[in-house]
Amino acid sequence: MARTRSGLGFGRILVVTLAALLASVLPLPGWLELLRPDFVALTVLWFTLLSPRLTGLFYAWGAGLALDAFKGVLLGQHALALIVITYVASKLRLQVRAFPPLQQTAVILALLWLNEFIVFWIDGVAGHPVTDWRRWLSVPVGAACWPLLTGLFARVAARR
Amino acid sequence: MTSHEPDSRPLLLGGPALGLRLILLALASAGLMVADHRQHALATVRNWMSAVVYPFQWAVQAPVQAWDSLVESFATRSRIEADNVKLASDNLVLRLRLMRFESLEQENQRLRAARESTARVVERTLIAEIVRVDLDPFRQRVLVNKGTRDGVFRGQAALDANGIFGQVTRAGPVSAEIILITDPEHAIPVQVNRTGARTIALGTGRSGLLTLPYLPQNSDVVAGDLLVSSGLGGVYPPGYPVGRVTNVARDPAQPLLAVEAEPLAALDRDPEVLLAWFDSTVVEPQPGAEPDAPAPAMPVGR
Repeated sequence: MARTRSGLGFGRILVVTLAALLASVLPLPGWLELLRPDFVALTVLWFTLLSPRLTGLFYAWGAGLALDAFKGVLLGQHALALIVITYVASKLRLQVRAFPPLQQTAVILALLWLNEFIVFWIDGVAGHPVTDWRRWLSVPVGAACWPLLTGLFARVAARR
Repeated sequence: MTSHEPDSRPLLLGGPALGLRLILLALASAGLMVADHRQHALATVRNWMSAVVYPFQWAVQAPVQAWDSLVESFATRSRIEADNVKLASDNLVLRLRLMRFESLEQENQRLRAARESTARVVERTLIAEIVRVDLDPFRQRVLVNKGTRDGVFRGQAALDANGIFGQVTRAGPVSAEIILITDPEHAIPVQVNRTGARTIALGTGRSGLLTLPYLPQNSDVVAGDLLVSSGLGGVYPPGYPVGRVTNVARDPAQPLLAVEAEPLAALDRDPEVLLAWFDSTVVEPQPGAEPDAPAPAMPVGR
């Protein structure tokens, strides 16, 4: 019994993750493309903070590898960034869940920044740094999306 | 927020197990990145992954493409008529030019035969459609819907109707990734068409801008000069238009000129590109060939 309900949860996670992956390569007009938040990082953070029994580091790693495959970048780049922020988020989970929305968003901002920084750093190590300041735009946009996404995801999770 | 997952795993995750898993996965990621960065190690895995991912990539852009074709099909009659008139006159001009071209080509072949050098011209092309997904806004790369099944190979040159577009960096079974000539990691050996001076044009990451940083102060280059591929390095066929010089900054304090050029290919507007096969005498088209930044190491025989 327990197993089947866990299985349902797994299916939902898969669908949401796939949607996030598709949203991260969806063609957008020029300036909107620069404002695109890291949907996969947001999804991973959401599952880590609010549904930790179903997901974990392995999930974050898999989602990161899938994102690398979708974007055609260095394999393991987003995977490494995502497992690091998942680790930090798991450690802070109980505090963050009790935070008021604004403070929660601030934590998400910091985690998204860490995620983007690791990706940026690996870009540099791999020999093709992208020093354009606009790459950091996705971080505040992602954090601003957090309150909206929690509402949306809560609705998805509630529909059982 | 208060979900009730019936799961026996402990709610309070953490402790040494989590840290250990992090370290193991981080090491695995680092291992993958190193293997991937040395290009060949993961080529088959990446090709296989690109085949898995491609249907999703295609699906996500399909509505956008469908909308575009819908808009296209409702294009007004007057616009189509105007297009038709323009195309007919273009066709006339091109055919006139082609008449001269054929005799010139024969003459060229005779001259080349006399010099015992082979002409490297594009022999066969394949039209590949650009799959409209955003891979990375800061890299100039596109995905096309042709892969190794259609004979596409790594390092293959891609052109459009106006000039050189880029080259294939990764060829999966059904899709391929093309690096544009404006990508910051791309360099193309070019020749100033007016003078024959050879140099290298680097991408800048901005579509519509190439830089030529290796021209000495005394070189004869002015705004408006046409840059054509020199064919050195063997990736691109020689003599195809690459760009037009837009700006030459002569600063006597600097040993080299700062020259800017704009690519002629419509890099950000093309719906499709031509993948080219040509008789390369320098590098045989094989998957192991290193296409990036070919060095012009050949002596200039004029």
